[in-house]
Amino acid sequence: MEELITILTIFVLALFVGFEVIAKVPPLLHTPLMSGSNAISGITLIGALISAGSKYTLLTTILGLVAVTFATINVVGGFLVTHRMLGMFKRKG
Amino acid sequence: MESAIVNIAYLIASVLFILGLKGLAHPKTSVRGNLLGTIGMLIAVLVTLLDRHILSYEIILIGILAGSAIGVFLAIKTPMTGMPQMVALLNGFGGGASTLVAGAALVEAILLTTEIDIQFTVATAASGIIGAVTFWGSLVAFGKLQGLITEEPVLFKGQHLVNALLLFFALLLGIWLVKEPSLAWIYWGVVAFSSILGITLVLPIGGADMPVVICLLNSYSGIAAAATGFVLNNNVLIISGSLVGASGVILSNLMCKSMNRSLTNVLFGGVGAVNTKASSEDIYTGKVKTSSPEEVAMLLEAVRRVVIVPGYGMAVSQAQFAIRDLFLLLESKGVTVEFAIHPVAGRMPGHMNVLLAEANIPYERLKEMDEVNPTFEQTDVAIVIGANDVVNPIAREDSASPIAGMPILDVDKARTVVVIKRSLSPGFAGIPNSLFAADNTLMLFGDGKKMVLDLIAALKAG
Repeated sequence: MEELITILTIFVLALFVGFEVIAKVPPLLHTPLMSGSNAISGITLIGALISAGSKYTLLTTILGLVAVTFATINVVGGFLVTHRMLGMFKRKG
Repeated sequence: MESAIVNIAYLIASVLFILGLKGLAHPKTSVRGNLLGTIGMLIAVLVTLLDRHILSYEIILIGILAGSAIGVFLAIKTPMTGMPQMVALLNGFGGGASTLVAGAALVEAILLTTEIDIQFTVATAASGIIGAVTFWGSLVAFGKLQGLITEEPVLFKGQHLVNALLLFFALLLGIWLVKEPSLAWIYWGVVAFSSILGITLVLPIGGADMPVVICLLNSYSGIAAAATGFVLNNNVLIISGSLVGASGVILSNLMCKSMNRSLTNVLFGGVGAVNTKASSEDIYTGKVKTSSPEEVAMLLEAVRRVVIVPGYGMAVSQAQFAIRDLFLLLESKGVTVEFAIHPVAGRMPGHMNVLLAEANIPYERLKEMDEVNPTFEQTDVAIVIGANDVVNPIAREDSASPIAGMPILDVDKARTVVVIKRSLSPGFAGIPNSLFAADNTLMLFGDGKKMVLDLIAALKAG
């Protein structure tokens, strides 16, 4: 129970941090914000890594493999496309 | 001790994610911000690979190689006009991964007969529902944006009832899972119902409402990751998931406000019942003035300030590079040129900005609605290209209109308005646009890109 309270606290506080930080992003950069935050939500990759590597059963390994693939697409594609987009925003033409 | 090091590494990763998002507050710091986020992810992944539960690396390597190859391919090959569907697809993969991870954790817990507490089961059910809705909803959104599925709202009788039932069964099975955590198949039942729900929720939503849907799915992918964090008791998942969840909520709200519609209306209402007082004939007959590129070029010879208003039509006709050339030509003649960007222009938030940035238009020329609206009265010519509902004065004038109260770009207040458009066909809201019939409006009928090129040619000749 105590553990639950701790992570619940972290969850709620992180939501507030999220609102504060993201409210400051100008509309100019909303598309890169979406692709960039998207890449961050690929953090689920670290859960996938453990499932894929722990070899409990064939089922968990397969689930893990698909999850690792999906999450990696999310992470790599997200950060890379954000980088590509942000590089296009220049002051003088 | 080992777990302390891992958790400190996760903390560092979380801080880097926050700093990364903070960097996006300004174009100058944004590239570095994105790199900080990437480094955070790298740290989290590397430290996880040292986990003692991992016995073999072959499977992991296969997954990472396959995922990286697909990710790199998508990131490099997707044109800027295709960003909305790319982001939709990435959202889906994130949500799908969260669902699978939660499922694997459940199977593993049953196998090891560890004690399964209520936090674990509730979080697993949540992850199953939200992740599956995100995955399938995003695939439908991708299909619509990519043109694989019709962009029109797909409506059928009893739709809301079907959705409500699907959600009810998903929740019911979820509660059963909490009671009977040893039965893994219940989880897959939750996932099955939620998957269908994801499809039926997004199918009825039309193309121009896609910005809201993508933002919402973005939020869901974050919340799914946070839910998986509760399953695994993992802080970095919870923190990153909430950051992304918050981002999606802020953006969906902003999109809804910019259309003066509630989220419920966008998701379940659909645009349909049109009961405006004026029909298109009343508005257009005898009042629409058709112009030519030559005439507009002459008009542009003697101006000081021009505002260009791009909409989704610009992306469709790939006119952004032609517009850049027009921009440079006008600037060389000493004309001040700015771009007015409505928050819901395009198919995702900020879409127009990316397209114009790609065409090398300096970002300080891209103005938000609130900033540019007071300047229209001092504007000689406003050029509207591929935008419709977001410049329709009916939003201000007719309280019975479906877009009544929607904040619009006040282009009609410019001295002259030039509208480049294929025909008088209505925009997404399905209503006529009184701007096209205004005294100070000239219509240039034709393909956006071709018209801009003709205009440039006429300007150079004149």
